[in-house]
Amino acid sequence: MMSPLQVIFILVSAITLGAALMVVTTRNMVRAALWLVLALFGVAILFVLLEAGFFAVAQVIIYIGAIAILMIFAIMLTRRIAQDPGPQINSTWPLAAVIALAIFGLIVLFIQGWDKTMSTPPALPDGFAPLSDLGVALVSANQYLIPFEVASILLLAALIGAIIIAWDRK
Amino acid sequence: MADPVTFIAQWLRDYLTNLGLASEWISVIMAALGVVVLASAVLLVDIFLVWVERKVVARFQDRLGPNRLGPFGLFQPIADVIKLLIKEDITPQGADKFVYNLAPILALATVIMLWAVIPISATVAGSTINVGALYIVAVGAIGTLSIIMAGWASHNKYALLGAFRMVAQMISYEVPMVIAILIPVILAKSMTLTDIVESQSVWYIVLAPIAAIVFLIGAQAELGRAPFDLSEAESEIVAGFHIEYTGMKFGLFYAGELLHAMTFGGLFATFFLGGWRGWGAETYPILGIGYFFIKAMFMYWVIMWIKYSFPRVRIDQMLNFCWKFLTPLILTVLSITAIMDKLLTGVPYWIYVLAMLLMNLVVLYFVYRTVGSYARKERQKVADPAKVRVNFPVKASTTPTQVS
Repeated sequence: MMSPLQVIFILVSAITLGAALMVVTTRNMVRAALWLVLALFGVAILFVLLEAGFFAVAQVIIYIGAIAILMIFAIMLTRRIAQDPGPQINSTWPLAAVIALAIFGLIVLFIQGWDKTMSTPPALPDGFAPLSDLGVALVSANQYLIPFEVASILLLAALIGAIIIAWDRK
Repeated sequence: MADPVTFIAQWLRDYLTNLGLASEWISVIMAALGVVVLASAVLLVDIFLVWVERKVVARFQDRLGPNRLGPFGLFQPIADVIKLLIKEDITPQGADKFVYNLAPILALATVIMLWAVIPISATVAGSTINVGALYIVAVGAIGTLSIIMAGWASHNKYALLGAFRMVAQMISYEVPMVIAILIPVILAKSMTLTDIVESQSVWYIVLAPIAAIVFLIGAQAELGRAPFDLSEAESEIVAGFHIEYTGMKFGLFYAGELLHAMTFGGLFATFFLGGWRGWGAETYPILGIGYFFIKAMFMYWVIMWIKYSFPRVRIDQMLNFCWKFLTPLILTVLSITAIMDKLLTGVPYWIYVLAMLLMNLVVLYFVYRTVGSYARKERQKVADPAKVRVNFPVKASTTPTQVS
């Protein structure tokens, strides 16, 4: 008998994969974007199953709340191209199919050689606080301070750049 | 008797264990039952809210409100629901049917999802996830999505314009609101909503009044209620994103909006008014449920009070107010709160509270000065437009000749 965690995992994975497939096969762009939202939400649920609540919430806020909504906005403003009548595959599709199958085969091979696919995840220790650990790691000098600051400067530069582009010079 | 919810849950758990079910499946069943019970309870409250809203509006506008059906018109919402159910269901031509029908469901569902993390009493809380505060933001993002879907799928220019306005407003006001939520998180040193409530031996509205006000304004905008109801400005775009919806589909949007307002009342109570805390709420958790709903209803009343007292703002005013006033203000308060919290480690709690309150009052004083001088300048512009250089070129024919 399967554990509830496994049942939920299989259901969510199936939904995520199905939605991802619909993203590339739907001809209507807005619908494709909505399917993408469903796929991203499925990934968020997978994070929840791994007890990574912060990643799940960040996934929803960033990918659905910011990126997907921005994409839908952009598509909605251009209603004329929302329906894509052109062919959905181009001449290189056999090559792409071979590469995709090869990678899938490699992944299956590796997972078969790994003996922990059916084991249950170990329970988290008591008092395990991933959120505060993450926060401390981001600002302590011997961990991730420099990448964190570099990312901050990059975001700041993007912000200033957006303001400069939108600036109404007189 | 002091704690019936836990008692019933424990009894049910024991019963299922005696039936010989595996413990993990019992957890799943209990969680699913919890979802059903909580969502149904919230929806039952929602029916009652229709009556509350109509009655309170009536008082603000010097009317009586519903008063025919049942005592004090209490059965009016039931008649409303029956009316909505038997109305003709119209789907406009050219609409994307699936998305069109999904949008109202999603709009109401996201509001109910918010209740998953709100602690209702000392022992009753849907989920105690360690990122509760962020979860609220994430669910808000899905709510925004439902409005885009409604606006786009209706195949109506007014609906699309309304959705654009609403989404621009929601995305903008999300920023100060989220930062305002961070201040109670700093004070409680936890993102779990139950921890935030438990650490409020002094209500956070005393420690962080500015954050509370900004959260309230952000909530008002997030709800699309006056003065931020540009998305349904009748004189400009008829009814906004739900213009094409009829019958119960419109009803879902309407119920979602009312419940959203009440939910934000509950969130305000959780973050700033001590949630379920009150006299005897720890020993008798059932009292906590009462306290929580009294506080939530009070804040719901405040939200209605604002809605029915203020005129609508223009879109440029709405965006300027958010990006040029609220966001810098709350960022300043957040940095000062964080620094003060570090400086004040180890001092007695009453000094900590007083220092935080004092800091907020000082910031408020500077805000008052800045806003005052800005208002003077604006008044001057209206009184004597010739003296102030106007930023945009004005055609000679449209220049106001003289303002007396």
